[in-house]
Amino acid sequence: MVDANGLQPVAPLDIQIAGENALIIYFGDKTSPDISDRVQQAVAVLQDQMGEHIIDLVPSYASLLVIYNLYLTDHLAVQHRIKTLLTHLTSSSILEDASTLESKVVALPAWYSEESGPDLAALAEGAGLSIDEVIQLHSAMEYRVYAIGFAPGFAYLGEVDARIAAPRLSTPRQKVPRGAIAIADRQTAVYPAVSPGGWNLIGLCPTRMFNPDADPTMPVQVGDRVRFEPISRDAFLELGGEIPEGIL
Amino acid sequence: MSQQPLSETLSFSETMGFKVVQPGLLTLVQDAGRFGHHRIGLTTGGPLDGQAFKWANRLLGNDNNASVLEVSVGGLVLLAQVDTWVVLTGAEMPFKIAGKECDRWHAHPIKAGDQLEVGFTTQGARAYLAVAGGFQVEHRFSSASTVTRENIGGLSGEKLKQGDHLKCHGVKPAQTLRLPENYRPDYSDQITLRVITGYQHDAFSDYQKRLFFSSEYKVSSRADRMGYRLEGPEIKPSIDGILSEGICHGAIQVPADGQPIVLLNDRQTIGGYPKIGSMISLDTARIAQMMPGARVSFEEITIDDAHNLHCLAHAHFERIKPESV
Repeated sequence: MVDANGLQPVAPLDIQIAGENALIIYFGDKTSPDISDRVQQAVAVLQDQMGEHIIDLVPSYASLLVIYNLYLTDHLAVQHRIKTLLTHLTSSSILEDASTLESKVVALPAWYSEESGPDLAALAEGAGLSIDEVIQLHSAMEYRVYAIGFAPGFAYLGEVDARIAAPRLSTPRQKVPRGAIAIADRQTAVYPAVSPGGWNLIGLCPTRMFNPDADPTMPVQVGDRVRFEPISRDAFLELGGEIPEGIL
Repeated sequence: MSQQPLSETLSFSETMGFKVVQPGLLTLVQDAGRFGHHRIGLTTGGPLDGQAFKWANRLLGNDNNASVLEVSVGGLVLLAQVDTWVVLTGAEMPFKIAGKECDRWHAHPIKAGDQLEVGFTTQGARAYLAVAGGFQVEHRFSSASTVTRENIGGLSGEKLKQGDHLKCHGVKPAQTLRLPENYRPDYSDQITLRVITGYQHDAFSDYQKRLFFSSEYKVSSRADRMGYRLEGPEIKPSIDGILSEGICHGAIQVPADGQPIVLLNDRQTIGGYPKIGSMISLDTARIAQMMPGARVSFEEITIDDAHNLHCLAHAHFERIKPESV
């Protein structure tokens, strides 16, 4: 939609209560680079303008969780401040700023197989595809890093081809191995450490996604692009990959 | 993770502090928590029972972010290598110094060579052991709090082990106090936990919400520092999943099996299960004191009630005058 002046109107902000000291701002309900740019812009503005009232910000695909200091402010004041600060952001200023955001392309090696991806066969069957077709579709796409969270270094990548999208498992696994390449709906990711998780596992990646002693701690940041490059089991081991116990 | 060898980091002050004779089931170094690092996915950690934690430091006049030990269930034995003061708050775990039974919520002097024993709990699940000046633990990402899932904080990102050494300065405490009995919390099992509806609560029908707020749930055996999984009537939201989004402390997520999970200090920072709302921190402190099998129910309150309760609790904490020891 474009108004008489040729400006694209910004949708009114949808701000919801999240918890006792947290509000969540929704910028949309789908995955898109434009919405993601708006989230990043909001992070920059709120961080700059709200200072010590903010304890932390959690940006994601289309939302921003704002955790505030309940000893200094309250939900009404924070909501008012957010509205004042963010409604002045026009689409054009967002696009200008977004174009200056640095982004790089990172290649991640991926050993896809039934051995390394215990859900690969079921996912292929559910999709009515062969395993090779699933691998081909997953590795053909260049993904964007939409969010980092869930666990240190867990980068949410989007979007996978609709044909290989798959819902989360109804009961999450207690233990997903480090390096597991996984799909949930149209999101994909590499598990940075052993953790519980409900995503469909399709392979293993030997690259460490989080190293607290390294600088930077992660190979990617929000806004970067990621490609998966299929490798063999031998190449996985050569690159320092370890075969996890208990999923084979 | 490449950690410095323990021998290197500990050698200069081997005699100042405490030696871990027996680590107990799960004993973790915790300060107030790790804040401001959600952007790279780091969770907060910190004490599950923030109230008992605050009292432990206050009774010794410590900084309110000083590092303490969170003892889950019990079984901790330490050997003091320094003259100092200690206090134990939280769950009802028998507390002995040099073989002598000691009052909890009460500062006690100890001498080098004394053995400190924290026995197994009779009520509650987490106790907090503070020392004058706090345990001296290196900060990682601005906090000493241990998050084992992330392998960050504490002595080596892990729970205490036998033979570990905990450093502390043998400082004179700023104050030595005891909290009168009538102010000590009661960790009884049957409680109502207060919840602010929020997030995707519109995806839960009135019937589903009523079911949630009128039913009794049992704390399952899958209850840990990440979250407490409950068992009871299945709650069904109208949606299966959402675009992954930030999860605040106390958020109650409902996966497809309909069994709610209350997310606590070591929770994931982002997730895609629908959430009906969030429990207030005064009550996450209570649920974290429960053992598997305990029964709980929920009460819906408004965000304004939640703010008021938080401020009142803070005012009460400030106004209570513990007795000098």
